[in-house]
Amino acid sequence: MSIDVKEYIASGILELYVAGELSPEENLEVQHYAIQYPEIRKEIEEIEKAILELTKAASPKMTQNGFEKIKTEIADVIPFTPESSKAKRTPWNNYLGWAASILLAVGLFWMYTENSKLKSEIELTNQEKQSLEEILSETQEEVTATESLLEEIRDKNVTVIALGGQTVSPSSYAKAYWNKEEKKVIIDAKGLPEPPEGFAYQVWSLKLDPLTPISIGLLDDFASQDTKLFTLENTNESEAFGITLEPEGGSVTPTLEQLYTLGAVGS
Amino acid sequence: MDLDNLIQQFQQKDTVAFETLYNMYAENICGAINVIVKDTERSQEICQDVFVKIWEKSDQYDTSKGRFFTWILNIARNAAIDEVRSKTHKNQKKNLPVDSLVGIFESGEDLNSKMDTIGLQSLLKGLKEKCILLIDMLYFKGYTQKEAAKELNTPIGTIKTRIRSCISNIRKNMA
Repeated sequence: MSIDVKEYIASGILELYVAGELSPEENLEVQHYAIQYPEIRKEIEEIEKAILELTKAASPKMTQNGFEKIKTEIADVIPFTPESSKAKRTPWNNYLGWAASILLAVGLFWMYTENSKLKSEIELTNQEKQSLEEILSETQEEVTATESLLEEIRDKNVTVIALGGQTVSPSSYAKAYWNKEEKKVIIDAKGLPEPPEGFAYQVWSLKLDPLTPISIGLLDDFASQDTKLFTLENTNESEAFGITLEPEGGSVTPTLEQLYTLGAVGS
Repeated sequence: MDLDNLIQQFQQKDTVAFETLYNMYAENICGAINVIVKDTERSQEICQDVFVKIWEKSDQYDTSKGRFFTWILNIARNAAIDEVRSKTHKNQKKNLPVDSLVGIFESGEDLNSKMDTIGLQSLLKGLKEKCILLIDMLYFKGYTQKEAAKELNTPIGTIKTRIRSCISNIRKNMA
């Protein structure tokens, strides 16, 4: 800000400033210019000097020790008003400012941590949601698979063959659902014990006269298959089905000592 | 010591700084009161009270209130006006006699033997009565520009330039 100093002085604003006629804002503006322009500062002092002269000329003859009286009065005042007001006001205002800023900082930090907490909670919830969705879709797939299996079992071309437990495991049982048209056999192996390590069940199609066993497949991953339902291909004119326990990978001929279940196809 | 430092120490309740300020301004403050109260004894009592008040209010002063002298002059003025009001039971500043300074200048009824009327007369020499009235209103009575304009029956815009010229006359008389 730059002003015409001469014009500013000539305006009479400085006389009003010394008289106390200006607003606080105007006062601060005048002081700003007084610092910026020494000429203005000097002019203010000159005006004040004129008023000092004038008021001095109007003063009554001053009594001696005028200040002594005031001193005794303010000495009484010191311990009460100024000190207590000082002790109350100044530090209080200082502390209030600090307290407010500390409170603000704490508040901001709290909001920040709350926000990150919420964010991680949202992330966690999203993860849960995703895994639940995965479980749901898995379940739906399982349901679809089971339904289609059920459909297959219920097909009118399916012959159900009950396979009873044999000497090696009399309590064992199984069922074969044979669809001759589609040349498929579904083995329900729920009644078989879990095979020991290194062994697997092998399913055989049998011709009875003469006894001719043909392997139609292994019940692989027996333990992990929850439904214990296995679909195998069967192109044979089977008269019976048998299940034996064989070394993993299966055998060419059935180990008859390890025949778990056996059942003949009914007419 | 520089005035700003002195004021700062005074605001920190330094009695030595306050005594220095008292010695600097006591005569002026008592004079300003005397112009209004027109009673030297009473003026001196009020003047004492005003300085005690200044001490008590020290933390209220800041530069937004203008010059330090302007601030204490304002306190003195209010105390003097209160005194006159309580005496006359008049509540309006406008009802105060506006001719006090003029009266003293003309060495009329309010002439007080204890006052330096000669000094006052030499300072106000050659000033028009309207000028003395305006100085009286703005510096001694605390009239606003608007109030002064109304009293002098002049446009408010002329107050600023007129007071400039009136104070300039005093400054010439001082030289």
